[in-house]
Parts: sequence; C-alpha cells; structure tokens
Amino acid sequence: MADQNANQTGGRLGPPVPLWARKSLATVATVAATLLGLLFVTFMIGRVMPIDPVLAVIGERATQEQYDATFRELGLDQPLLVQFGIYVGDVLQGEFGKSIRTGQEVTTDIARVFPATLELATLGTLIGVILGVPLGVLAAVRRGSWIDQVARFVGLIGYSMPIFWLGLVGLLIFYGILGWVAGPGRLGIFYQGIVEPITGMILVDAALRGEWTVFRNAFSHIILPAALLGYYSLAYISRMTRSFMLEQLNSEYVTTARVKGLSERHVIWGHAFRNIRIQLVTVIALAYANLLEGSVLTEIIFAWPGLGSYITTSLLANDMNSVLGGTIVIGTIFVGINIFSDLLYRFFDPRAK
Amino acid sequence: MKNCFVAAAVAATMIMGATAPVQADTPPNMLVIANRIDDIKTFDPAESFEFAGADVSRNVYEKLVNFDPLDLEAGYQPQLAESWEISEDGMTITFTMAEGHTFASGNPVTAKDAEFSLRRAVQLNKTPSFILTQFGFTPENVEETIVATDDKTLVLTLDKPYALSFVLNCLTATIGGIVDMETVMANEVDGDMGNAWLRTNTAGSGPYKVVDWKPSESVLMDLNPNYHGDEPAMQRVIVQHIQESATQRLQLERGDIDVARNLSPEDVAGLEGVEGVKIVDELRGRLMYFAANQKKEMLADPKVIEALKLATDYEGMSGSFLKGQYTVHQAFLPRTFLGALDETPFTFDMEAAKAALAESDHPDCGPIKISVRDAQERLDIAQSLQNTWGQLGCEIELIVGTGAQTLDRYRAREHDIYLGAWGPDYPDPNTNAGTFAFNPDNSDEAGATGLLAWRNAWDIPEMSEETLAAVVENDTDARREMYIELQREHQQVSPFGIMFQQIEQNGMGASVENFVAGGATTAVSYWVITK
Repeated sequence: MADQNANQTGGRLGPPVPLWARKSLATVATVAATLLGLLFVTFMIGRVMPIDPVLAVIGERATQEQYDATFRELGLDQPLLVQFGIYVGDVLQGEFGKSIRTGQEVTTDIARVFPATLELATLGTLIGVILGVPLGVLAAVRRGSWIDQVARFVGLIGYSMPIFWLGLVGLLIFYGILGWVAGPGRLGIFYQGIVEPITGMILVDAALRGEWTVFRNAFSHIILPAALLGYYSLAYISRMTRSFMLEQLNSEYVTTARVKGLSERHVIWGHAFRNIRIQLVTVIALAYANLLEGSVLTEIIFAWPGLGSYITTSLLANDMNSVLGGTIVIGTIFVGINIFSDLLYRFFDPRAK
Repeated sequence: MKNCFVAAAVAATMIMGATAPVQADTPPNMLVIANRIDDIKTFDPAESFEFAGADVSRNVYEKLVNFDPLDLEAGYQPQLAESWEISEDGMTITFTMAEGHTFASGNPVTAKDAEFSLRRAVQLNKTPSFILTQFGFTPENVEETIVATDDKTLVLTLDKPYALSFVLNCLTATIGGIVDMETVMANEVDGDMGNAWLRTNTAGSGPYKVVDWKPSESVLMDLNPNYHGDEPAMQRVIVQHIQESATQRLQLERGDIDVARNLSPEDVAGLEGVEGVKIVDELRGRLMYFAANQKKEMLADPKVIEALKLATDYEGMSGSFLKGQYTVHQAFLPRTFLGALDETPFTFDMEAAKAALAESDHPDCGPIKISVRDAQERLDIAQSLQNTWGQLGCEIELIVGTGAQTLDRYRAREHDIYLGAWGPDYPDPNTNAGTFAFNPDNSDEAGATGLLAWRNAWDIPEMSEETLAAVVENDTDARREMYIELQREHQQVSPFGIMFQQIEQNGMGASVENFVAGGATTAVSYWVITK
C-alpha cells in the first residue's frame, strides 16, 4: 500500500504536464500505432500473397543462380518478422527502398506521383463542395420540388454510373468532339519543361512562376478529370447535405425562428446550415481523402500519373516497396485528415474544446 | 440561394469553355507516340529486357552488327564493326571497327568501348546476360575471351565453334549495345560499372539520346548531335504512356499524336475510313500457345494432346476476337525467322479430335485446369478452348490470375494447361528452339525454369541434341533445314499447341512514313521515319 502511494505521489513530484502536451503525445502515439499496424498488415499480405517477388525483379527468363542471388539480395532468406523489422528500421531512417518497377527510389516516385493526385483531388473536391453543398441545401429547402428531384437524380447517377464509362464519354464529347479541353496527361508536349517544379503541382508551380500560358494549358488538362471526380463528390456531398438539412429544417428551433419573423435566408444559413457544419466537415473530409487515395480508373483513362495507378500497378507487379510506400502515404493522409477534422470540430463547436 | 447555385453552375461551364486548347498537329520534325511504356525499368543495355526498353535502346545504342530497319529480311549488317573474320577452328571472331562513329558525349567509339560493354554485360550478370554467356563467356574469363587488341580490333573467343550467324544475331540484341566507357565509368558507384547511372541515363552513339524519362509517364529523346549517319528527320521523339486504347484513338483522331501503338481491334475498326489516319500491320515475333504439363498422367498421353490440338478453333478465333491482332501459326519459330515453318497441320476438326481421344487411354477425357492470366485476349482464347475442349467431354476449369501468379505456377510445374505468350529474346532461331525444344535434364532438381520444355516436364534428350546440333551448323542453308525438320517433329510430338503469331496494328497519321515496329526480329526504329 505504501509503495502504491509512493508511486501515486511520485507522479506529482515533477512539474504538472499540461493537458495539451498529454493530448499531443496521445495523438502522436495513436498515429504511430496506426501507421505501424497498417504497415505490418500490408507487409504481411505482400509476403503471403501467392506471387514470387523475386520473379518480379528478374523476370521469367532468369537462371536459377540469378534467382538465388536476388532472393538473398531482397532479404527473403530471413524470417518474416526479421524482414519486417529491417523494413521498419529503414523506414524510420527515411529509406523506403527502391521500386523494382521503375528502378527508382520509392520516395522519388511518390514525390512525383503524389502532387499529381493532390492537385487533381483538391480541384475535384472544390468542384464537389462548391456545387454539391448549395445543391443539397436547395434540395432540402425546396423538398419535393423539381429542384429536389434533379438533385436526387444527379446523386443517383453519380452513385450508379461507372466512372470508367463516364470518363470515356466525357473525353469523347469535351475533347474528341467539342475540343473544349485538352487530352490526356498533365501538360501538352509544347509546355513540358518550361516551369521548374516547386511543389510538383503544375497549376501551383505555373502560378508561382507567373507562367500563365502553362497554367492555362495545365488547367485545360486537369479540368475534365477534376470535373469527373468532382461530380462523384458532388453526388455524395449534395445527398448528405440534403439529408442533414432536412433534419434541421424539421427541428422546433427552426419553426420558432420563423415564427419570430426571421428572414428565410437567415433561418437557413444562420441557423440550420450553421448546425450541419460539423457533419459536413466529416463528409467533405472523407470525400477528399477518398480522392487523395487516388482514383485508379480516372487516372488510367486520362493518363494521369497519380498515386492510385502507381500503387495498383505496383501491386499487380508485386513491387511491394512501392505498395508499402504508397500505403504509408495514404495512411498518413487519412490520419492527417482525421486530425484536421477534429480541429475543425473545435472551431465550429466550442463544446468540443 | 437558387441564384447562387445557378451562378456556380454557369461559372463552371464558362471555365470549361475558357480552357479550350488550341488545336494543332504535332510539328513536322517531332514524333509523338502513344504507347504503354510502364514496363521500362532501366535503360542499361546490360540489364534492359522489356519491350518498351528495347524500343528506346535500339534508337540510342549502336551495336557491332545491326538490322537495317528498311530491309529487315537482309539480316544483320555491319554497324560499329565494318567487317569480321572467323578463325578456321570456328572459335575466334575478329571484328574490325568502323571509322567515324561518335558517342553523344563526343568520345569516339573504339574497340575498347566494345570490349568494356560486352565484358560488363557478362560481369553484371543481369537477366539478359545469358544471351552472351551461352557462348562460354563468364565473369571470370572475359578478360581473356573478350579482348580489344587495339582501338580498331575486337577479338571474341568462344567455347565452341558456334554458327557465326548465331553469334552475330545475338549481338544485335539489346545487350549488344555499346556504351561510352569513359562516361559510364565516370558515373560508377561502389563498383557497379555505372549500372545505377545507366538505369536512368544513356551513353550511346545511336541517332538519339534520352533527355528525360518519367516512369510510367513519358520518354523524351533528342538527336545525338554526333550521330554518324544521316540526320534523322525526327529531331525529337516523345513517347507518352497512354494505357487506354480508346484514349490513344481519340488522340490520334485529334492529331495530338502521330502514332498509336496499342489499339484494340474495335478501335482499329473504328479508325477505318477516318481521314488523315492509317493503320499499318506488322508481323511481330510473339507467339500464343498452350502447353500441357507432362507430369499429369492424362496430358502425357500423346493422343489426348492430339485431340486437344484438333479441337482448337484456330481460324474461328483469328477471324473473330483476334482479328487483325493474331494470325494462325503453329510452329515455334515466328515467320520471318531463319528456318521458320509455315505449315499448319492442325485445323479445327471435332470428329478427328474425338477419334484421337477415343484411341487414347482416356476416352472420357476428364478435368483439365487452364492457367491463364487476366488479360482480355488470353481470357477470350481460354474461353474458346473451354468451349471446344468441353465438346470433347473434358471438364475445363479456368484458373485466372495475375501474370505473376500464373507464371509462378508454371515455373513450379504445378499447372495442367498453361495458356501464354512467348516472344523471342534475340533474333536467332535458337532463341525459341532453345526453350521449346531443349530440356537436357528433366529432373526437378535441375530447376531449369527458363526452359519451356522443362516447365512442362517434357523429357526430350534426343531432341535437345538436335537443337544443340543446329547452333553449331555453320552452313546457313543446312541450319535452316535443321530447324524446319525440328519444328515438323515438334508440331507432331510436343505437348505445345502453338496457335498464333502476333500482328501489331499501329495507327498513325497518314503522312507518317517508314514506321517500322521491328518485325519479328528487333525493335522500333525512329531515325528512318518521316512525315
């Protein structure tokens, strides 16, 4: 008992740890555990898949001698847990290994493909939010009207139409027939190499360098895939916004506000919409995270060299260093967006503090 | 509220309209190609072994001997070597280097560069090294067997008197590319002989040099200012990675690219009659075949194999879903190779197939699993086999997997039937004879996973001897006859059902001339293209 007391009081001997520091430490520990767990599961799946990683490196024509040498070089002669330990040790030193598919460092590859995805996903989410939120609010306010029907129809199409088909049709109409937008890829052949990369996002880099002709060309390349992804975000966001708004508009406080003679605009935006912001943040964050994860089919159709197609192609080629590197990025994105959402909760809702 | 939404929608539409790009064809001195290039891992000729990598290598590196793209049938021609002599015992080949060839760096090409390039290819021991080591070169003996006696003379000493054509054909492969020793060694790291640097850079004397490569995105090549030959019309070549056939077609129709290299049959058909676009067919070296594992009792019965070969609808497939992409071919050497056999002894004949099966020890057939990778054309073929072999009474199950999964089973000799493709590694008949008809040790312990005959547990000591005899026959006509006979025998007795040879259909602008994808023997040549 005395010992227990000593332990209990021992914690009080030093200066008290501030609440923010304890919370930050807890967050860091949670993030680290999440990423480690994610890495462990992905690593083990990669190792137990019925695919020989050595063949992915040396090809099917290699001799047994070359096979054995590569087997040892990849460390596959070690126990699985040792292999995982070595990998984590390397990762902690910033070494993600080399991609067997591209022959380059995984960090170099990801530094190349992630900005492309970030640029596309951000623009897609912006389109989805700018159009989806007003559409959802309007549909809720005019419930049962033709606008509501249109919003629901748009949502339904967004959910049910295969993105591959929609992408090809979009390309055919806006690029092939109308010529309103540029074709696949991030930049036209005449504009490549003009802008020295800063962030890797061509729109941002071109703007920062003041290269507006490059900016315009890059925008004409990105707008169609971004609009396509934005449409899918729009379908999700508008549907959820409508649902959240309907719940608020049926609340007694809204009736009270109206009875008190507040303008309809004030009731909708000042009261009802204000109360759905937290839920909307979650919805938008999830939509954004999904796009950041990479939209493989969109990337394939539009020859967009993004993270989704990078990870998928690597997985099919059993290029596990690339898959693991990509997994860490995606895991970090989800964790980061969750933390950001939490911070926004506190901003929008003082009770969350 | 409503106005806000309408305004946002109108603004979005206006933005879309405002992005309208200026329509322009590609410049007359620039070639823009859409291709699937995500298989490029390296540009190092000692290591590169992928199709898209070979396309780059052929345009960047010269070799001792090489193919003239406008006359592929002429076979190897002098390039960096102006002449060669073979010793009386047939074991020493002496090359005399041609004058005037210069690397992109400005360094002259000498026999020392050739010695360095061939030696490092053997010493690095990467996957394609077998193309050279099959002549007895080893990392330990290259200093005696690959020797530049002076700047103009290179001497190769072989371990056996191989057919000269065999050796020279092998030197036209990617691994025969001659690199700039001084530049490469200046970039050596930890004794890698410049391997890491050459993965992403080039140091050749060919018409072009790579100036930018973004993996799975694009390769940009500019003229080598020191190129020895006539200046190519295309001063810049850009190859863009475009995965989708439909996307390539749209780009071609819009004039944004000059050549589309991966068009599906549907898109080829869709381009027929489109103004300003043409389709050029070219026979390539890839074969599509099925192979039966001889470890499986039923499939080791020759009559069962005969029945399966007769119950394959070759014409039906090549005339429908493979139309324009594959032509019927039933021998292990692709057409245009030395000794290629045109005969197609098997046609779809269900009655004959049933009769052959009835004569076998398994008249009721039985369960057969076909291992096939998840590629559309292969799945289509597998389904056709499932249908027609099913008519024989066999219970056909398709085991679909990724390329790696399917290959793993094949190399482990765990399949029943493997449905796959095979492309030549180098432009000599031994490239296919040495794998379809060569298996000197059929034991599991031999682990000869590189040999297709071994993968199918096909024990052929006598045929292996015949194959070996053909590589040392120095009379080219006699050698041709040996391969023809070998294939005739192979067609009848082997567990391989070779079905088709690939036709590559490239879509291109009507003004593009001299686009040669490389036929069955080599890769694409950009330097002769005009438009």
